[in-house]
Amino acid sequence: MPHRTFFAFIFPSILAMVLFITLPIVSVVVQSLFVQHEAVLITVENCGPFGCENETRVDTAAMERLQAERPLGQFAGFSNYLNRNHLAFDEIAVILSDNDGLSDIAARIFNLPLYKALIFTLTFCFLVTPLAMALGFAIALAVNTLPSFWKGPVIFVSILPMIITPLIGSLILSWMFNPSGILGASLQSLTGDPTLSLRASPVLTWIVLLVYGVWTNGPFSFVVFYAGLQTVPQDTVESAKIDGASRWEVIHHVIIPHLAPLATFVALVQLMDNFRVFEPIVGFSAEANATSLSWLVFNDLVGQDSQLFGSAAATSVITIVGVLILLAPVLRRTWREFNQKVV
Amino acid sequence: MSVASRRPAALNALILIFLALWIIAAAFPFAWTVWGSFKVEADFFSRQSWWSAIEGTRTQAQTGSAFTLAGYEGAWVQNEFWKAAVNTLIVTVSVTCISLTIGTLGGYALARSGYRYAFWILIAALIFRAMPHITLVSGYMLPFFQLNIWGVLPTTIIVLVAINQPFTLWMLHSFFLSIPKDLDESAMVDGCTRFQAFRMVIIPVMWPGVITTGLFSFLLAYNDFAVTSMLLSQDNQTVVPKIASFLGSIQNEGNVMYAVAAVVSATAPLFLLVLFFQRQIVSGLTAGAVKG
Amino acid sequence: MKITRTFAAGALSLAALLTASTAFADCGIQGAGSVRILSNDFEALRIVNDVAASCATADITVTANATAEHKNIQGPALTVNPAEYTVAVVANNSIVPLLNDDLIRPLDDLVAKYGQSLQPNQLIKIDGKVMAIAFMGNGQHMFYRKDILEKAGVAVPTSTEEVLAAAQAIKDAGLMDYPLAASNKPGWDLAAEFVNLYLGTGDEFFAPGSAELAIDNDNGRKVLETMRAMTTFMNPDYLTYDANELNKLWDAGNVAIMNQWGSLAGAATDPAKANPEVAANTGFSAAPTIGGGTIPGAALWWDGFTIAKNISDADAEASFQAMVKGISPETVAANPNVATWLVAGYEPGPTAVGVIGNANGGARAYPMQPYMGLLHTALSAELADFIAGKEEADQALADVKAAYDAAAKEGGFLK
Repeated sequence: MPHRTFFAFIFPSILAMVLFITLPIVSVVVQSLFVQHEAVLITVENCGPFGCENETRVDTAAMERLQAERPLGQFAGFSNYLNRNHLAFDEIAVILSDNDGLSDIAARIFNLPLYKALIFTLTFCFLVTPLAMALGFAIALAVNTLPSFWKGPVIFVSILPMIITPLIGSLILSWMFNPSGILGASLQSLTGDPTLSLRASPVLTWIVLLVYGVWTNGPFSFVVFYAGLQTVPQDTVESAKIDGASRWEVIHHVIIPHLAPLATFVALVQLMDNFRVFEPIVGFSAEANATSLSWLVFNDLVGQDSQLFGSAAATSVITIVGVLILLAPVLRRTWREFNQKVV
Repeated sequence: MSVASRRPAALNALILIFLALWIIAAAFPFAWTVWGSFKVEADFFSRQSWWSAIEGTRTQAQTGSAFTLAGYEGAWVQNEFWKAAVNTLIVTVSVTCISLTIGTLGGYALARSGYRYAFWILIAALIFRAMPHITLVSGYMLPFFQLNIWGVLPTTIIVLVAINQPFTLWMLHSFFLSIPKDLDESAMVDGCTRFQAFRMVIIPVMWPGVITTGLFSFLLAYNDFAVTSMLLSQDNQTVVPKIASFLGSIQNEGNVMYAVAAVVSATAPLFLLVLFFQRQIVSGLTAGAVKG
Repeated sequence: MKITRTFAAGALSLAALLTASTAFADCGIQGAGSVRILSNDFEALRIVNDVAASCATADITVTANATAEHKNIQGPALTVNPAEYTVAVVANNSIVPLLNDDLIRPLDDLVAKYGQSLQPNQLIKIDGKVMAIAFMGNGQHMFYRKDILEKAGVAVPTSTEEVLAAAQAIKDAGLMDYPLAASNKPGWDLAAEFVNLYLGTGDEFFAPGSAELAIDNDNGRKVLETMRAMTTFMNPDYLTYDANELNKLWDAGNVAIMNQWGSLAGAATDPAKANPEVAANTGFSAAPTIGGGTIPGAALWWDGFTIAKNISDADAEASFQAMVKGISPETVAANPNVATWLVAGYEPGPTAVGVIGNANGGARAYPMQPYMGLLHTALSAELADFIAGKEEADQALADVKAAYDAAAKEGGFLK
C-alpha cells in the first residue's frame, strides 16, 4: 500500500491518539523528571471553630516568584524513579549488603511499596491470563456445539461477568465471599470451619482475587475465540475428518492454528489489562494484602488529600516499561509475522 | 463444525455439564443481584446471615412486604437516574460509531501495509494502551478547563474514542489480516481505487469482526469510570459515576440499594443488544463471506 | 449526615426547597453575577446548594456541581482564569491544596459587608485573614451498646485502657467474641485512626516550623500498640472494614464499642431503618482518651465554603451572599437533623452528643499543615503490615518516615 493511501486511511486514528494519548504521556514523562520547588514555609496562627493553633503554611507570594522563573519545578533527573517509594535502589543496596539470608532479603524487599505491588501484579498477570484464555476457549468450543436457538441466551449469560460494571461486580462478589455472605457461609459449612474467612489471610485473599480475575476476563477470550471459530474453514475440518482425525486432533491441528493470531492478540490485551489490575483490589477491600501498580497510582492521585503528580507519573512510566518487558516475547512474534507478510 | 448428533453421548454430556457450571458461575451473581434489588439494604447486605436476603425479614419490617421497589424509586425518581441513562446512551453510541469508523480505516491500512512503520504504529498504540487511564485523565484536567471544554459530553466522547483507539486498531487489524488480500487486490486490478476496493469488497465482509470490536468499544465506554467521573459535571454524568455516587464516601452513608437497582436496570438493555448482535455475527458467516 | 430513609429524605429536601422558595424568594443580592458551586455529594450539602440556588434571579445565575470527585476537580478548576467554579466547599483537609496554591481569596471584606448572620467561630482564619466560612462539624466518636456494657458489668469507657478492659469483660462474659471494631482498612481510613489517637496524646506530628516528621517517639509507639491491642478483640476481617462497613456490623449487633463518624450516628439509630433492638441500646459519647491523657483521641472536622480567587469581584460578592443564604439559620432550622451545624440557633440533637463531647473535651482539629496530606498518604499504606501483626512498631514508624520523607522531598518540603 503506498504511503499516501496508508496515511489517508489512518490519519483520523493517529490524530486522536497523538492529541489525547501521546501528548499527555510526554507531559507525564517530563513531569516525572521534576520535583516541586523548595517550599517557603512561614508559621502563622490558624483559628477555626475549635480554637487556634500555630501551624506552618506555604508562603504563596514567594512560591509564585519561584514558579514564574521555572514553571516545571526543580529538575531532579531520575530521583523520582529511584527513591524509596519507587525503585528504591539505595534501600535495596543496603538490604543486599547487610542481611540475614534469603528470606530476610525477600521480606525486606517486599516491605518496599513498589515491590510489594509488583509481586501481586505479576502473579495476577501470569495466572489469570492463561487461565482466563483457556476458560474462554473451552466455552467458545462448547457454545459452538449448541443448537442456534440457545446460542443467543448462552452468549449473553457468558458475557455477563464482563458487562456488569466492575465497580459493582466486585462489590457484589466481595459481598458473596463475605463470611456472612452466601458463598462465604457455604464455604464455612462445607469445610466445617466456622472461623474461615476469605478476607483475613493473604493467601485466601489472593485466591479470591485470582478467581475473580478469571471470572471477569474469561468472557473476553470467549467472545474473540467464538467469533474466530465462525471463520474456521469447514472444508479443512471435513477433510481432516475424512482422513480419520479425532475430535481432539481436529482441534489441535486445525482449529488452534487457525485461532493462533487471535490468541496472540488476546494474550497481548489480557496481559496488559491484567498488569493494570485495579478494581478488584478496591472492590474486595484487599488493600491490606494485595496492592498493584495501578493502585499505587490511584492512591497518589485520587485516593488521598494531596495529589503526588510526580510520584504518580513515575509509577505510570514504570508500568509502561513493565508492560513492554512483559510483552517482549509476544511482540517479537508479531514482528516475525509482520515480516513474513508480503508488501 | 460437526452436527450434534455425530458426537458421542458422553462427550455431549460433558459439554453440557461444563456449560451448565459456567452459566451458573456467570449468571448466579447477577441473578442474586436482581433478586436482592427488591430487598432493603439490611437484608441484601445482612451481616447476620445471607438467609435474610432470601426471606426478607427486614424488608418486611420496613416496608410491609417481602419485596420493595424502594431502590428503583430512589434511583430513577428521586435521583433522576434516567438522565444519566440518556447521557450514557449518547456517549456509548457516539464512542462506538466514531471508534469503529476511524478504527476500521486505520486497521485496514495497518493490515494491508507491509512497511515497517505500520508495525511501529501498532507497537506505539500498544504502549499507549498500557498507560493507566487515571494518569492520562489527571493530565487532561488543566488544559480542558483552560479551553473551557471540561464537563461536557463531546469532550468525554472524543477522549474515550482516543483511549479506545489502540485496542480498536489492534483488534480490527487482526480481523482484516484474516480476510484474504486477494479479495481487494483483484478488485484493484479491475480498476478500483484502494478506497473503492475497501468500500465495495471489504465492507460487505468485515461485519463479524467490526461487530465484535464494536461490542468491546461499547463496553469500554459503558463501563469507564476514570474518564467519566473526572471529566463530566454532575448534570452530564453517565451511569457509572452516578452509581458510584450512590455508594457514599468515607464520612457519609450512601444508598447501596440505589446502586444495585441502577446496575440491574442498566444491564437490561444490554441483553437485547447482545441478542441482536449475536445474530449479526452468525449471519455474517452463514453468508460464507469470510471463508478463506 | 444523610437522612437515610428514602421518603424521609425526599420529603425533607422537598420541604427545604419549599421553605427556601417561600422564605428566601429574594435573597436580596444586588447587581449581577454568576454563582458556580463545587461541593461533595451528600444530603446536607445538597440542601445548602438547593437553598443557594433559590437565590437565582434574572441577573444572578446559580449552578451547583455536587460530586464525590470534588477534591480532584477543585485544583485545576480554580487554577484557570476565570475559575470554573466561584465557590468550593471544603473541609480541614481539602482546603490545604487550595491554600498551598493560592487559589482562594480572603473574605474579610465580604464578611463585614454581608456576614451579619455568621457567628465568630464560623470564620476560619489563616494568619488573621478569613479564608473560609465553616458551617458543619464532624468527627469520630464512641458508639457503645448500653445493654452489652450493662450485662458485662462495666461502665461506659472513657479511655482506650478502659475500652480494652471492657472488651475483655464482654468477651469473658461470653456476650461477644469480637466486641470491638474500627475503620482499619488500609488507605485513608487506617491513617485517620492513627491521626485520631496521636492527636489524643497531645503531641505534634512535625517539628515546630518545619516539615520534619516527629512521630517516631513514645507516643507514636503507644498509639500503634493501642491500635494493635484493640485488634485482638476484633473480627479477623478487621483490615477490610471502613466506616460504612462499621455501621452495617453495628446494625447486625456484632459490635459493642467502636469509634465511628458523627455523620453516621443518625443512620445507626434511625427508627425507620435501623435494627430496633440495636438502635434502642446505642449510646454515643466522646472518643476515648489515650495514655492517661485528657484529650479525646479524635480529630475535629469542619465543612465550610471558600470563594475562588480567579473570578470577578461581582461574582465573588454574589457567591458569598448566596452561600450565606445557603447556610443561614433558616436553612438550619428547617433541617436540624441532617448535620451537626455550627450555625446560630442550632440545638444539638441526640445524635450530635458525640461530636459535641469531643469538642467540649478539648479534642484537636485535624491539622492544616501543607504537608499533612503527605503524612496521611504515607500512614495509609505503611501501617497495614503492623496492624496485621506482620511487623513491629519501630519498623512501621521507620517505614512511615521513609515513605513520608520521599514524598516530602518530591513536594519540595524537605531537602
